[in-house]
Amino acid sequence: MQKFRLLKDKILYKLMLVFTLASASLILVIGIGLYQRSIPLLQSSSWTQLLTSDTWKPLKGLFGFYPFIMGTLWVTGIAIVIALPLCLLVALYLTEYAPARIRNILNPLVNLLSGIPPVIFGVWGVLFIIPFIQKFVAPHFVDYSTGYSVLAGGIVLAVMIFPLIVSIITEVFRTIPQDLRDASLSLGATKWETVKKVVLRKAFPGIIAAVVLAVSRAFGETIAVLMVCGNNAVAPHSVFDPGYPLPALIANNYGEMMSIPRYDSALMFAALLLFLIILLFNIISRVILSRLESRLAV
Amino acid sequence: MKRRKFEELFFRVLMILATVIVAGSFFVIVGTIFIKGFRYMNLDMITKTPGGGFYIGKEGGVLNAIVGSAYVAGGATLLGLLISIPVAIFINLYMNGKKLWPNVLRLCYDVLFGIPSIVYGAFGFLIMVYFGLRASLLGGIIAVTLLVIPIMVRALDEVIRTVPGELRDAALSLGATRWEMAKVVLRQIRPGILTAILLSFGRAIGDVASVLFTAGFSDNVPTSLHQPAATLPLAIFFQLGSAVDEVQGRGYASALILTIIVLIITILSGILSKKFSKYKV
Repeated sequence: MQKFRLLKDKILYKLMLVFTLASASLILVIGIGLYQRSIPLLQSSSWTQLLTSDTWKPLKGLFGFYPFIMGTLWVTGIAIVIALPLCLLVALYLTEYAPARIRNILNPLVNLLSGIPPVIFGVWGVLFIIPFIQKFVAPHFVDYSTGYSVLAGGIVLAVMIFPLIVSIITEVFRTIPQDLRDASLSLGATKWETVKKVVLRKAFPGIIAAVVLAVSRAFGETIAVLMVCGNNAVAPHSVFDPGYPLPALIANNYGEMMSIPRYDSALMFAALLLFLIILLFNIISRVILSRLESRLAV
Repeated sequence: MKRRKFEELFFRVLMILATVIVAGSFFVIVGTIFIKGFRYMNLDMITKTPGGGFYIGKEGGVLNAIVGSAYVAGGATLLGLLISIPVAIFINLYMNGKKLWPNVLRLCYDVLFGIPSIVYGAFGFLIMVYFGLRASLLGGIIAVTLLVIPIMVRALDEVIRTVPGELRDAALSLGATRWEMAKVVLRQIRPGILTAILLSFGRAIGDVASVLFTAGFSDNVPTSLHQPAATLPLAIFFQLGSAVDEVQGRGYASALILTIIVLIITILSGILSKKFSKYKV
């Protein structure tokens, strides 16, 4: 009996070890798998050529990713510019100012927002943001715009990353010792001065981590952006130009990728690019965040 | 002195404004979907599969997509749970005394959590090509399982960490093996497991990019794992791309259905975790 129990424990240990290693090594497996499929493309053209060329003519075998990378950067940039100041203010309000009653209403709301699926954001973008830009925003700046633009993509993305940024920054603010705030207040600083000179300064690395994480989330967002961005394979020059981000490229063309030579390889290369950038960004921000957390634990 | 007071007031107003915008965006989104979708909502939408001329505006519903989504999300959640529970137990209960490895593993799952669903979709597609599978329910379940594993592991890891160490020590000191201790812990975190299930089911049912390559699309309710399956988000996407008003309208109604399903799941998991956290030590 005793032996059986120990044996069971040992077998389960091995089994769980296998499960854990297998699922954690997914990171490697995904990277290698995508890389292997991109080899045919990488053999015919170099990395720099792929990343800087702006001709996208799959039928002629020309794959330049520059327009798509620019599309992704524009959309993500707009999203962060909109979302970061708003979310900073919200997080400050939630941690430093709001009474518990309001906090108890707001936190579930943010949670609900984070639960809404991407496609619903896309539908909302088409129904609400596109007409809004077309009728009210664009006429002030350009002659004509359909509304399908990197601006629309940026706004939709900004709303999608609200919950992520708010929750991370709120966590970061909570790790700041109350003593520091008390010290500042007792020296006669106003609440805002305390926030500005103590809380924000102390939370700076955490805010950077939140931004990096939000950027990587925005990079990979597919369907909502695809629905509102216009999907034109030319690098955008203004916020009212349509753009064509990398994930949208993959999602839009999977149907025909098997019929054109090296097309599938090009799409897998796009996925690899996304994967590598996001991997890097995620590791950076997670390392910063876990440092902050361990400082709190001491 | 006046300037300082003014600054204080100014930023306070700004904060409240920002909060109204962020919280308001939720109501604007749900409101837009509700107003647009409600007009096209009827019983046929949720009880019928697409009829002959569904895509030019004739009768039918999206039952195929609702059931397909439920199959994909349900299957993936179940598979994900079977993998995530051992992983979470392993990290927390079997690696006692070590400091570095649990944290490295946690970092791995955090990173996996951040990888976008389109990459999981592309990778799932590679797996299917490798094994010679066609776009099917099975393919969709595999891709979505990969997507939900990190979500579940993180959620379970968090609840297991809240179990008091004394409980584990007590079990061990009575001569229990690590697995027997794990069983005690598992009983303690049952509500947390339920929350993790709801969380990943909600995420799985709403995701498009992972099923786009892998699950395919079909007008029929799938009867085997090897048949292609429609999913609700994909049905919304396709219907919205149509030029026929009636079909677009049904897309809005489908969006409303998905929104309601997801909201119910989110609210349910919120209530559950609140209810059970009351009884925690």
